Amino acid sequence: MRYLPLSDQDRGQMLAKIGVQSIDDLFIDVPEKARLSGTIHDLPNRASEMAVERHFKALAAKNIVAGEVPFFIGAGAYRHHVPASVDHIIQRGEFLTAYTPYQPEIAQGTLQMLFEFQTQVARMLGTDVANASMYDGSTACWEAISMARRITKKKKAILSSRVHPHYVSVAKTMARFTGDMVETSLPTLDRVADIERELLESIDDDTSCVVVQYPDILGNINDLTKIAHKAQQHKALLIAVVTEPVAMGAIKSPGEMGADIVVGEGQSIGVGLQFGGPYVGLFGCKAKYVRQMPGRLCGETVDADGKRGFVLTLSTREQHIRRDKATSNICTNSGLCALAFSVHMTLLGEKGLRDLAMVNHTKAVKAADRLTSIEGVEMVTGNFFNEFTLKLPTDARAIVQLLADQHILGGVSLGRLYPDSDGLDNGLVVAVTETVLDEDIETFANALEAIMSGDLS
Amino acid sequence: MNQRDLNQGRPSRIEGDIRATNDHKYSTYSGNKALMLEEPLIFEAGSLDKSGVDIDVITPDINRLGGLERNQTIGLPGLSESETVRHYTRLSRQNYAIDLGLFPLGSCTMKHNPRLNEKMARIAGFADIHPMQPISTVQGALELIDELAHWLKKLTGMPAVAMSPKAGAHGELCGILAIRAALEARGDAREVILVPESAHGTNPATAAFAGYRVEEIPATEGGRVDVAALEERLGPDVAGVMITNPNTCGLFEPDMRKISDLVHAAGGLVYCDGANFNAIVGRVRPGDLGIDAMHINLHKTFSTPHGGGGPGSGPVVLSEALAPYAPLPFVTKSKDYFTLIEEEQSTAVAGDTFGRMTAFHGQMGMFTRALSYIMSHGADGLKQVSEDAVLNANYILRSMDDVLDAPFGHSGPCMHEALFSDKGLADGFSTIDISKGLIDEGYHPMTMYFPLVVHGAMLVEPTETESKDAVDAFIGSFRNVVQKAIDGDNNLLQAPHFAPRARLDETSAARRPILVWNEPETAQAAE
Repeated sequence: MRYLPLSDQDRGQMLAKIGVQSIDDLFIDVPEKARLSGTIHDLPNRASEMAVERHFKALAAKNIVAGEVPFFIGAGAYRHHVPASVDHIIQRGEFLTAYTPYQPEIAQGTLQMLFEFQTQVARMLGTDVANASMYDGSTACWEAISMARRITKKKKAILSSRVHPHYVSVAKTMARFTGDMVETSLPTLDRVADIERELLESIDDDTSCVVVQYPDILGNINDLTKIAHKAQQHKALLIAVVTEPVAMGAIKSPGEMGADIVVGEGQSIGVGLQFGGPYVGLFGCKAKYVRQMPGRLCGETVDADGKRGFVLTLSTREQHIRRDKATSNICTNSGLCALAFSVHMTLLGEKGLRDLAMVNHTKAVKAADRLTSIEGVEMVTGNFFNEFTLKLPTDARAIVQLLADQHILGGVSLGRLYPDSDGLDNGLVVAVTETVLDEDIETFANALEAIMSGDLS
Repeated sequence: MNQRDLNQGRPSRIEGDIRATNDHKYSTYSGNKALMLEEPLIFEAGSLDKSGVDIDVITPDINRLGGLERNQTIGLPGLSESETVRHYTRLSRQNYAIDLGLFPLGSCTMKHNPRLNEKMARIAGFADIHPMQPISTVQGALELIDELAHWLKKLTGMPAVAMSPKAGAHGELCGILAIRAALEARGDAREVILVPESAHGTNPATAAFAGYRVEEIPATEGGRVDVAALEERLGPDVAGVMITNPNTCGLFEPDMRKISDLVHAAGGLVYCDGANFNAIVGRVRPGDLGIDAMHINLHKTFSTPHGGGGPGSGPVVLSEALAPYAPLPFVTKSKDYFTLIEEEQSTAVAGDTFGRMTAFHGQMGMFTRALSYIMSHGADGLKQVSEDAVLNANYILRSMDDVLDAPFGHSGPCMHEALFSDKGLADGFSTIDISKGLIDEGYHPMTMYFPLVVHGAMLVEPTETESKDAVDAFIGSFRNVVQKAIDGDNNLLQAPHFAPRARLDETSAARRPILVWNEPETAQAAE
C-alpha cells in the first residue's frame, strides 16, 4: 500500500520489541464477538492512483460545471474568479498539513495569517474585532443568536423575512432544542413591501436580537440604521448577515450602520463553490462583547526575547477549558478556507475589492435591464448589489429546469428555497458576478424569452 | 544510554549552554537568520492602492446602490502577486507540518495527506458546481456522496449516515440532537447526558449546547469507564451517554457492548465519539457494539488535511432507532436517479427529521478527498491502517516506559496512541518543558495535559504513515528530552531555543487582548 511505509520485516521487529506474537495480540481488549476475521465483506480492496482517478472523472462528467455554461446562481454562494496564486499558497504543505496552532513557537505562519484575516474581516464588516472563522455563514448566524442570548439574557430572536431560508432553518432547528424563540415570516414578491416597518414594530423589551441579511435573500440593500437604533432602545442586539462579502467593496458595512454582531459567509472571496462546502464563516462584533464570542481568536503578544508573536487567546471561553460552560461547542475553525480568503483579499487590496465590486454591480445592472425588458418579467428587488429577484409569469422551478436542459444555469427559484409557501413560486433569484460575459446575459435572456413564449426550439 | 546514543542518526551539536547559540553576538541588519526569515504584517507592507489582480473597471451609468455607497476608507492593503506569494511562503516556513516530519499529536491523527486526494477534489466537476444547481445537473456529485455514505456505513456496521455536519463537534451535535428528537418523539423528554471525565471537551460542551445537563462518570484505575458507577447513575432522567471508543487514554473500552445494553435497558441512547476510529477501522465495526450514533472525523481517520485548523467534516452514522431523525438535506436514489431531500419534501418524504444543521449539503470538498483516500486503501488497506497505527503506538509505549511513567501501560497494549504522565520528572519540570524540548528536536509535540484524568498527560499518536526509521528517530529525541527533564537540565526550561519564536506570553495576550492590527500610535501622532 503506497501510503504505508512499514515492511513485514519492520512489523516483525516491532512486535518482538513490544513482546507479543502477532498483531492480534494488540487488539485483545476488543471482545471476541466484535473482532472481524479478514476484511469487511462487500467492499473492494485497494486501488491504484490511476483507477481512482478514472472513477472520479467518470462521476465528475455527470455534473454540469458552472464555469462552462452561462451561470447566474447565487443565493448564498457566489462564483467569483479566484487568482491562481491562492490555490498555490493553500497547497503549500506547511499550511495544508499543519494542525491548529496550539504550539505557537512553531505555528507563527498560521497565527500571523489568522491575525491578518481577523483584521481584514473586521474592517470589511465594520466591526471592532473578528474571530479566526466559523464553519460557514449559517452556523455563524446561529452562534450569533446564541451569543445575543448570553449577552442580553433574553431568548426572543426576530429574524427578518429576508434572511436566507437555510439560515432560518438552522436557527429554528437549534432553537427547538435550546428553548430560544425564533420569530420570522416569509418574504413576498411585493416590491413595495415595507419590511423595515414590520421589523421595527416587532422589536420589544423581550427581544434579544434582530437578524437582518444585507444584501438580503432577494438581493435588496437597505439602510440598517433605524433598526439598529430601535434595537438599542430595547436592549436588543442587531445581527447583520452578509452572504456576499464582495458587496463590502461597494456598500456601507453593517458595522458602520450600528450592527452589534456581523456574521457572514466568506466563500465568495478565495473559496470555490465546491457544491456547498467547505466554506468559511465570518464573525465580527463590537469589542465589548469579545468575551462572549464563539470560536477561536488569535491575539498579538511577545515572546521571551521580546519579539512580536501571535497566540490563540481567550481560550477560557472554549470547550477544551470550560467544557459544558463554554460559549460554544465549536472546536475547529475553517483555517485553510480562511487562508484562501485572506490571500485573495491581500491580492485584491482595497482598490481591487472596490473595482471588483463595481464590475459586479455594473454587470448585474446590465443583466437586470436586459431581463426586465422581456415582456412579463418584473423586477421584485429595489436597490441591489449583484443579485436581484425577478417575478416570472409562471412557476420559476419549471423554467429553471428548462434552462438547465439547455445548459444555462439561470438562477435559483424561490419555489426551491421556500417550498411550502404560497405566492413565491414565480420568483427567480439571479446573481451576476464578474465571471458573467455579456453574451451569457444575451444567451440567458434569449432562452428565457423563448421559453416564456412557448417556443422551446 | 549516553548523549551520543540518544542522538543516534541525528546531527550532534556543541555541548554546553544551548541558549548561548541564540544569544550569539553576531547579528544581522535584517533580523533574519539565514533561512529563518522575519515577515511584516500585510498592514505594514501593503498599500491601499496596490493590487495583485488586474480588473478592467466598469461602472454603470446610474448605480442602484440607493445611496448606500461605501465612501470611507475600508483599510485593506493590497500587494502585487509576487509580493503576495512571497509573504505567504515566508509565513509558511514558520509552521511545522506533517509534510516536514512526524506529528505525534494524540487524538488528532496527523497522518500523511495523499496528494491524489487534493487532485480529485479539484476536478472542475466537483470543485466548480453550485449547491443550488438543479438536481439533474449534479447527479455525479450526489452519486459520490452516496458512495462515500455506503463506505462509511459498511465500515461502521451501521444502517444510516448523516453527511452534512461540518466538523467533529458539529457531528456530535447532530448525534445528540437525533437522540433528543427520538426521545421527544416517544414522549420521553429526559434531561441528563452522562460523559466520562476523560472525554474531549467538545462532548460536555455539545450536550450543553443541545440543552442537556451534563454529569460526569468517573474512570477506573485502569483508565476505562467505571461501568458500575455508570449503571448506578442510569435512570429515567438520563437521555444517553457519550463514550469515546477507543477512549482518550488510548484504550479500547472492553465493556462497550455491556454499556450499550445497560443504557438501552434504562431507556437511554448511546453516542460514541468516533475521534479515535483510526485505531479500529477495518478491524472492528462500532455497530457491533450496540451504539446508536457516532461521528467520523474525515480529517482524522480518512486523512482530509487539517489545514492549520479546519475545515473538518463530521458525518454521523446512525442506528435504526435514530435514522428517521437524521438532519436535512440527504440523498436518496431511485432507479439510478439521485435526489436531494431538502425542505420542500420534508413533511412528505423526510418524516421525522430534526431539521437542518447548515446551509447546503455538507463538506463536499472533504467528501471527495475522503472517498479518494478510502478507495485507494480499500478494505484490505484500511485494515492495515489500523494495525500499523496500533503497532507504531505500542512500539513507542514499550520504547519509552522504562524512562517515562505510562499510567495504563501495565494493563496491556494501547490502541493507536500511547499515554504518559509527568511522574518522575525533576522538581520544577513539567510536561510543557518536554513539549518545548521536542520542538528543538524538530518535532511537533504530543498532545499535552489531556486527558485530564492523568497528571501532566502526554498523549502520543504516531499514526500508520510513519516508517520504523522515523519512529525510532522520534523515540531517540523523546528519550533525550525526557532524560533532560529527569536530570533537571535547566536549559530545557527555556526551550524552544531554535524555533522562530521563544515561549510566548499567553497570559498578557489574554489579559489585554490585541485581536486586530491598529496603526501604531506614534505613526498616527506624526500625521
